[in-house]
Amino acid sequence: MSWDPLLLTLKLALVTTVILFLLAIPLAYWLAYSRARLKPIVETLVSMPLVLPPTVLGFYFLVAFSPRNAFGGFLESQLGLELIFSFPGLVLASVLYSLPFMVHPIQAGLSSLSPSLREASYLMGNSRFRTLRRILLPNIRPALLTGIVLSFAHTVGEFGVVLMIGGNIPGRTRVASIAIYDEVEALNYGAANVYSAILFIATFLILLLVYLVNGGYLKRFWR
Amino acid sequence: MISCTAQKDLNASGGGIQLRLNFEIPKGTLVTLYGQSGAGKTSTLRMLAGLMTPDAGIIRVGDKIWFDAAQKINVKPQQRRIGFVFQDYALFPNMTVQQNLEYGSGRRADRQLVHTLIEMVGLRGLEKRLPSTLSGGQQQRVALARALVQKPEILLLDEPLSALDSAIRAKLQEDILRVHREFGLTTILISHDLGEIYRLSDRVMHMEAGRVVKETAADALFSDRQISGKFKFTGEVVRIEAADILFIVHVRIQNQVVKVISRASEIEGLALGDTVLVASKAFNPVLYKLG
Repeated sequence: MSWDPLLLTLKLALVTTVILFLLAIPLAYWLAYSRARLKPIVETLVSMPLVLPPTVLGFYFLVAFSPRNAFGGFLESQLGLELIFSFPGLVLASVLYSLPFMVHPIQAGLSSLSPSLREASYLMGNSRFRTLRRILLPNIRPALLTGIVLSFAHTVGEFGVVLMIGGNIPGRTRVASIAIYDEVEALNYGAANVYSAILFIATFLILLLVYLVNGGYLKRFWR
Repeated sequence: MISCTAQKDLNASGGGIQLRLNFEIPKGTLVTLYGQSGAGKTSTLRMLAGLMTPDAGIIRVGDKIWFDAAQKINVKPQQRRIGFVFQDYALFPNMTVQQNLEYGSGRRADRQLVHTLIEMVGLRGLEKRLPSTLSGGQQQRVALARALVQKPEILLLDEPLSALDSAIRAKLQEDILRVHREFGLTTILISHDLGEIYRLSDRVMHMEAGRVVKETAADALFSDRQISGKFKFTGEVVRIEAADILFIVHVRIQNQVVKVISRASEIEGLALGDTVLVASKAFNPVLYKLG
């Protein structure tokens, strides 16, 4: 067994989570406060990965970004972006696939804040951006933590999308979940067990941390 | 001078209301908006503050136009320089009392003013506390002080004292009156408490179904209930007790409860929570020196 798949999983989850965090805040802000007619459509699209089989997403991704197609070919020849069977492709797919796990908690957090907090900030002469940074985000810290951890854990646990568009290239796209499948196929149960146990314990600890922090248990412990 | 002619159709729960406002408020006065819930009082304040956009009309403050639908002028709330005390106070939970005030005074925090305000509303010693650790009355004072950090010309108060008990109310009414005078503010207050209105306001605007139906001086509020009494107070019925053939009506007047003996015919139509006038007609009140 090699550590590569685990490290790759960690790298993929970290990069995905960071991108998602930056992407989800403006999106969640818009979803929480906008009254645009387009909103239900966008909401639906954001939630789609929750119910759609990962293979569907992977399949369309494969079709769209294949270098044999106009769009995929353009990306590769003009921008040098190779999205199929590559790490950047995995990141892009993971961002889409884990989008609801980041957007939903943040959106719910923003909606739960009293509108008067925002209004009070505006009336004190503060811009929307400053209000977001100084008032809104600091007051939804539990939601931010939930979003970060859920997207991270969900990316770690991803299988179908990765297999469809990343394949199984050691060191490039073979993440832990794929490696487990691979080892089992090769009847290599020992290695599969090690990968599985590590993922099992790691995800347990990550989720436990969220519940401890958001439940205020740690604060009580330190006091 | 605030002059406001504004129209807005609101879709409130239980049927919408049409706000048709047309009023003027002279500079430096303290005006109370009075009326049942759903009459459009809060919406009126929100339109003045720029938190709600009227469908049509003009809002002018002094020589500045804040809103003009025809000319498509709509000054942002950030630029209107309004002090607003929300019903839920809207204190920022992540900031201490002092930070709540300094956040408002922008990047060049006017520390002297923040200090003065903290002193003025009696929050000295609580500067480093978070709002969640303060009592309701203290939170209200933070909200009042915070509304003044911007040195506004107009102070809007949306039922600021409704959640507080009467002793603290009396203290805070003084605070409101004091800042109103010291800062030379034009203040608009929403209140349901007749005693409070009488005590604080110069003028009262009665609102009904989205319109200002009557504008009077504060003491005229009681005029339609006036009888030739020597001794009278307005209060609220808190209990009606049967005692043999008579009834004892408990009336809360400010923070005291007075028991009034009534006949069955007199309490007909009287329900708990009704506002009543307790008056004595035939006898002179007697004064006892206390203490």
